[in-house]
Amino acid sequence: MLTTVVEKLKAQFPNSILGVREFRGETTVHVKKEDILNVCAFLRNDEAGLFNYCSDICGADAYTPENRFEIIYNLYSLSYKHRIRLKVFVDEADLHCPSVISVWPGANWPERETYDMFGIIFDGHDDLRRMYMPEEFEYFPLRKDFPMMGVPDSIPLPRK
Amino acid sequence: MNIEQAMDVRQQRILAALENKNTSVYFDDALDNEMILNMGPQHPATHGVLRLLIKLDGETVAACIPELGYLHRGYEKLAENVSYHEFIPHTDRLDYLSPLMNNTAYVLAVEKLVGIEAPRRAQYIRTIISEMARISSHLLGIGALAMDVGALTVFTWTFREREKMYDIFELLTGARFTTSFTRIGGLAHDMTPEVITAVKEFIEQFPEKFNECITMLNTNRIFVERLDGVGVITREQAIAMGMSGPNIRAVGLKHDLRRTQPYLVYNELDFNIPVLNDGDCLARYYVRLNEVKESVKIVQQCLDKMPSGIVHANEPKKVLPRKEQIYTRMEELIHDFMLINFGVNPPVGEIYHAVEASKGELGFYIQSRGEGHPWRLKIRSPSFMNLQSTSQLVEGGMISDIVAVLGSLDPVMGEADK
Amino acid sequence: MGLEHALGDTALTTTIDSAINWCRKNSLWPMPLGISCCGIEMMAFAMPRFDVARFGAEVFRFSPRQADLLIVAGTTTYKMATVVRKIYDQMPDPKWVIAMGACTSSGGMYRTYSVVQGIDQFLPVDIYVAGCPPRPDNLLHALLMIQEKIQRGESRSTPMTVAAERQEQQLLQIQGINNN
Repeated sequence: MLTTVVEKLKAQFPNSILGVREFRGETTVHVKKEDILNVCAFLRNDEAGLFNYCSDICGADAYTPENRFEIIYNLYSLSYKHRIRLKVFVDEADLHCPSVISVWPGANWPERETYDMFGIIFDGHDDLRRMYMPEEFEYFPLRKDFPMMGVPDSIPLPRK
Repeated sequence: MNIEQAMDVRQQRILAALENKNTSVYFDDALDNEMILNMGPQHPATHGVLRLLIKLDGETVAACIPELGYLHRGYEKLAENVSYHEFIPHTDRLDYLSPLMNNTAYVLAVEKLVGIEAPRRAQYIRTIISEMARISSHLLGIGALAMDVGALTVFTWTFREREKMYDIFELLTGARFTTSFTRIGGLAHDMTPEVITAVKEFIEQFPEKFNECITMLNTNRIFVERLDGVGVITREQAIAMGMSGPNIRAVGLKHDLRRTQPYLVYNELDFNIPVLNDGDCLARYYVRLNEVKESVKIVQQCLDKMPSGIVHANEPKKVLPRKEQIYTRMEELIHDFMLINFGVNPPVGEIYHAVEASKGELGFYIQSRGEGHPWRLKIRSPSFMNLQSTSQLVEGGMISDIVAVLGSLDPVMGEADK
Repeated sequence: MGLEHALGDTALTTTIDSAINWCRKNSLWPMPLGISCCGIEMMAFAMPRFDVARFGAEVFRFSPRQADLLIVAGTTTYKMATVVRKIYDQMPDPKWVIAMGACTSSGGMYRTYSVVQGIDQFLPVDIYVAGCPPRPDNLLHALLMIQEKIQRGESRSTPMTVAAERQEQQLLQIQGINNN
């Protein structure tokens, strides 16, 4: 079933599928950033896929000069009980990515979390605030260049 | 007109109404009636440190904004800086009501990445401890829900049962609830006959005690009426918002990863998945209650079917050797040294593995670059996604229903905030 | 003294301070600040098996205004620190603080960007309880030590002058906000 979905996806978006990778029985599809919204909408509504459940959205920092950030979409189909993973590259110079809230409303908080941790701005997200860190915090903690113990005095403590 | 003048007008109208012996005053401007209420982060009914900003129109909730992050401990950053083995103790403190379940979930994800599988006996033991953890978590969930809506006795009763389980966990792992019991490719050690006897004794007496607790609640009209029809969510909304676990099974969807994507030995066991259709707080409570009964069945079957044998996979380069072998044999000493200092070193790749934890779908997404520590580890926590629909559930309801909704969602902030 | 001699064996004399401290130590009202895992062990500490009522401290008050013993149970993050401090400031004097668990006392296993490495950076602490999480017995021991401390007449209450100064500063701040 999953192979049909991938074939259909390739046929439907010949220019926006950058590659398909298999590892331990899981399929990862690399998608062009500009088309992610269309691909997601297709996967959600296509009869062979029906990926109606967005398990998770997260970011990753590859720490390379180009295409530094990745956004990973882990999708699940409640009807066919299969999973697929989409991956989008985001360059450090242009930290924008289309939001998929219109496809899965549940993508709201995971996208906010990705913004909080990596600083990726989701266009079309109506409430892009920090998820965990205080609003006045300036850094993005899960980037590889952020030190584990944080930046001293970046968050104020109450006085003793 | 500034605020002070507006308040004056308001006060004058209230005064005039009182002089005319009217008991109710109506204002045309809706803003006049609204009030912002801050609930949490320190509030006994928020199950930890959740903060809700609530806009009230009289006693009706007009809007609700949850605010998280008061317990953000930076797990994902920690995971990138410790080896795969060293992260196991951190998983205890994710959902601290069912640590054994988190241990199992994490270890299964790493095993999938490394490409090894634990022996059959270890799989059975993992199933038993997962289900025991589910019972203990649901017991607290039910007890806390009852306490939130005003019935304290059940909470003390469920805690009595939980104490018995803690004794078993202590006998098994050495700690009451920060257990760190599983290892990559196996377990810390085998389940001893004493523990098996203790589990058997507990499982035998438990259904009766559990019935006492739930009879007390199910026959209590106040309890039932405070939950019935409160915090309703439709099936489509629940799927769209990414709910999982008992919360999604309360909207009539038979989605349980133990059946849909079987892991461990669940496909060899006979158990039902409780499903209800109402989607309100009472349905979520009933699903949890029935799940506890199913878990008891699972533990009994596992105890009957459990094979004998080893509990560590025969993969010397991936699985930590036994302590007594390290002290006596050269080969094992070398492997131990390599595993502790350089780690498991799984192949380059990425995997996502999810299990049905007590709160819902608990998934680990791991990116490996062939090193001893994960390049990126993402925890898909069920409480986080379940909490997302809080505003939908409470908006339009009464203010006193917020605690019932939160109690029935059963979030754990350690997991939601990571 | 001649008083005891006159009263005979039927009466006992003491200082008024010691009598008040005896009352205080046996009727502590804890403010449970259950932040994370330790909060569960704190619940167990109040529940029938460990039964804190034996030591007169079973009246858990979720309002800081009615409590005199703050139990900080769980990892305190930078975001939570202001909240903890505010709760402490709201408690009436005299008051005592227990830092329960490794994270609260020293940051514990969380050496990360978001966790305060010990609540004593912003709060005076009377007793540190070791363990991750500490067993309820351990917390009971901490409670007994607090009782000993109270009996000795030690309390870390804020001196009146400092309290007045702080209040004045807060008022000034509020006025400043209003003027802007």
